[in-house]
Amino acid sequence: MLERVDAYPNQWISGFGVRAGRPLPFGATIVPGGINFSVYSNNATAMTLVLFRRGESRPMAEIPFPPAFRIGGVFAMTVFGLDAETIEYGYRAHGPYDPADGHYFDPGRILADPYAKLIGGRERWGAPRDSMVYRSGVACDDFDWESDRQLNLPAEDLVIYELHVRGFTKDPSAGVAAPGTFAGLVEKIPYLRELGVNCVELMPVFEFDECEGARSDPATGRPLHNYWGYNPIGFFAPKASYATTGRHGMQIDEFKSLVKHLHLAGIEVVLDVVFNHTGEGNERGPTISFRGLDNQTYYMLTPEGYYYNFSGTGNTLNCNHPVVRGFILDCLRYWVTEFHVDGFRFDLAAILGRAPDGSLLSNPPLLESLAHDPVLRDCKLIAEAWDAAGLYQVGAFPDYCRWSEWNGRYRDAIRRFIKGDLGMVGEMATRMAGSADMYLRRGPAASVNFVTAHDGFTLRDLVSYNDKHNENNGEGNNDGDNGNNSWNCGHEGPTDDPEVTALRDRQVRNALLLLLTSHGIPMLVAGDEMGRTQQGNNNAYCHDSPISWIDWTLLDKNADLFRFVRCAIAFRRSHCALRRRRHVADSSPEGLFPALSWHGVHAWMPDWASHSRLLAAMFYGDDGGRHDCVYVAANTYWEGQTLELPTLPDGLAWHLFADTAAPPPQDVHQPGREPLLTDQARVHVGPRSVIVLVTHPVPTKS
Amino acid sequence: MQLAKYMQGDVTVIALDGRLDSGTATRVQQDLEALVPEGAPVLLDLSRVSYMSSAGLRVLLLVYRQANDSGARIALAAVPRDAYEIMAATGFLDFFTVSDSVADGVTALSA
Repeated sequence: MLERVDAYPNQWISGFGVRAGRPLPFGATIVPGGINFSVYSNNATAMTLVLFRRGESRPMAEIPFPPAFRIGGVFAMTVFGLDAETIEYGYRAHGPYDPADGHYFDPGRILADPYAKLIGGRERWGAPRDSMVYRSGVACDDFDWESDRQLNLPAEDLVIYELHVRGFTKDPSAGVAAPGTFAGLVEKIPYLRELGVNCVELMPVFEFDECEGARSDPATGRPLHNYWGYNPIGFFAPKASYATTGRHGMQIDEFKSLVKHLHLAGIEVVLDVVFNHTGEGNERGPTISFRGLDNQTYYMLTPEGYYYNFSGTGNTLNCNHPVVRGFILDCLRYWVTEFHVDGFRFDLAAILGRAPDGSLLSNPPLLESLAHDPVLRDCKLIAEAWDAAGLYQVGAFPDYCRWSEWNGRYRDAIRRFIKGDLGMVGEMATRMAGSADMYLRRGPAASVNFVTAHDGFTLRDLVSYNDKHNENNGEGNNDGDNGNNSWNCGHEGPTDDPEVTALRDRQVRNALLLLLTSHGIPMLVAGDEMGRTQQGNNNAYCHDSPISWIDWTLLDKNADLFRFVRCAIAFRRSHCALRRRRHVADSSPEGLFPALSWHGVHAWMPDWASHSRLLAAMFYGDDGGRHDCVYVAANTYWEGQTLELPTLPDGLAWHLFADTAAPPPQDVHQPGREPLLTDQARVHVGPRSVIVLVTHPVPTKS
Repeated sequence: MQLAKYMQGDVTVIALDGRLDSGTATRVQQDLEALVPEGAPVLLDLSRVSYMSSAGLRVLLLVYRQANDSGARIALAAVPRDAYEIMAATGFLDFFTVSDSVADGVTALSA
């Protein structure tokens, strides 16, 4: 191949051959003969590139960008003769220091590149910060993907499994060779396949500072961490300590390998991304990158120059500023094109609809851009449609017919319904039917349904505690949500009382069964399928310990529960009537029965009264000429009830898939091998129980 | 980084000795290109590789691709523990037949 004529320096600075660089793409890019560095700041007056040999604390060179290397607000320079593998870099930004005016320039600081694809100095989880922290690194982007592509699974077919990369395999009981890492997660793919989920949602994997915060666990005195990682530092950089190869700077390869292996297993990858704030905190927080490069551009500031705090973490990213919007779009495109990621879940996404002064935009340009971007077109976009400043947009998020939402109203309704609150039957029916009151235009897949998420009680704790128990978080139990809609089933916390534990087991199954038969996308939290507990802590963000890690011995202890969940997922995946693309209210009738009908003690007669505690639904679909009929009855009353069943036409019969009142293994049956119901006219639903029936053709007598 | 080539039956064995990193990768790649025969089985003996970086691993993958293109089978023998772990974690290992020793590798390639 012919060499490029610009592959040679045309001047020398600080002993390095350089030439004017290319402004695009931003960041550090390997080019013939050298590395192209491009960084922008609309308010900096000058910029210096600082180069380090990896592992050395003092710079090997400082190269000021000559004025001629600047185009608009972009500083771009190609430096020749650098070995991408052994150097790290940063910037010194020159300009005014005037916080009241929003400027924090300080050329005494070396800043990380916002576009850094590798971040050095945090390769070991929890290591104290030293002078070499937050160095930017230059990445090799070649990887042998073979034929891998995004899976593009239909959204309505997804079963999402939310997990924390470190916590999933950190506990020794995980039995993996590389605990707490991307590679460790690869080792657990056979487990995910057995469970049957087809999408993992990874809690933040961008480089973040787990050592932020100065609290200690009052019980043990051990320092607490920001374990969850909702405080990004490097938006383009996979977290180094989440890679067993991070010490070799190969976290990019390791993360790509994870995505490739998950795709081979038929599992999509959704990243939980945090674009509402950064890990730099407020005026008293550390200056790592954005604040020092262009504070006024990157952050929402009050007229006095203070940080707006819609995120509850000290600062708010100025996400609808045209420059920041471009930054976010570049970042998402990078993860989709370079890492083959299938979608994103946006933390506190309501903030993404706010203007630079914090006011709510009716047509937020960022959200519109993401909805219509050609690279992101087939990506799943999921909003956590609220923020920490009281904005709650569930059902009203600016969606452009493109966005899905974490349906917080589903979570609240199902929790209240299963614990027997009165007046919930009607709302539970609406939520089970895909929340058409909110998502009719977008379809049921706009609703990500869940009972629990990382934030809050685990499912086991939801049925074991009335109140949160966050004493270990070091804030006197004042942190975490007080409105949990939880019920301890008669005893707060652990107990040997067989009646209480039996009821808890049933309530867990009730919740899972309703979740997995509802229209919309079900989301499970890792560990709930094996009865994970956080001992009542509903805000375990700060615990890098067995409180947060998955205890894999639970899989043996609660093998019945795991089997139940596995069967319920398989059941959902084999019944198209449960996975509709359009709401039933928005569909034409198709055959034997309405697509969704409601029932009660008598068939076809639901009881919507406020004192009712019974809900029975019959889902129907025509699965390529096969009648797909699923009957779900939930009784939240403390006594059993006998229900009349809808009469089936000749040739079809009711079979029992699940009955949460029955002791294991009778609580659930293998999908496709459900036993025939002896009495085809009526069925008994036990106290606080859910049953699921399914039709099969009556075998013809030969 | 020193390279030595010898034959074990029909198998061409190439022994690498030294550091395989960005400083040596380009030259090693060129040398390997010259040493790897077209269409015949090749075993890379890594027992004396003291360090392998990201660039070094990429050299191995490139050699694999080139051998594949020419219809040759390629295997690795005696991968140092650290390099083995990196290759496993990054998926690079999926591409190769790996043997504990040169003798085992020759047997595997001769089968």
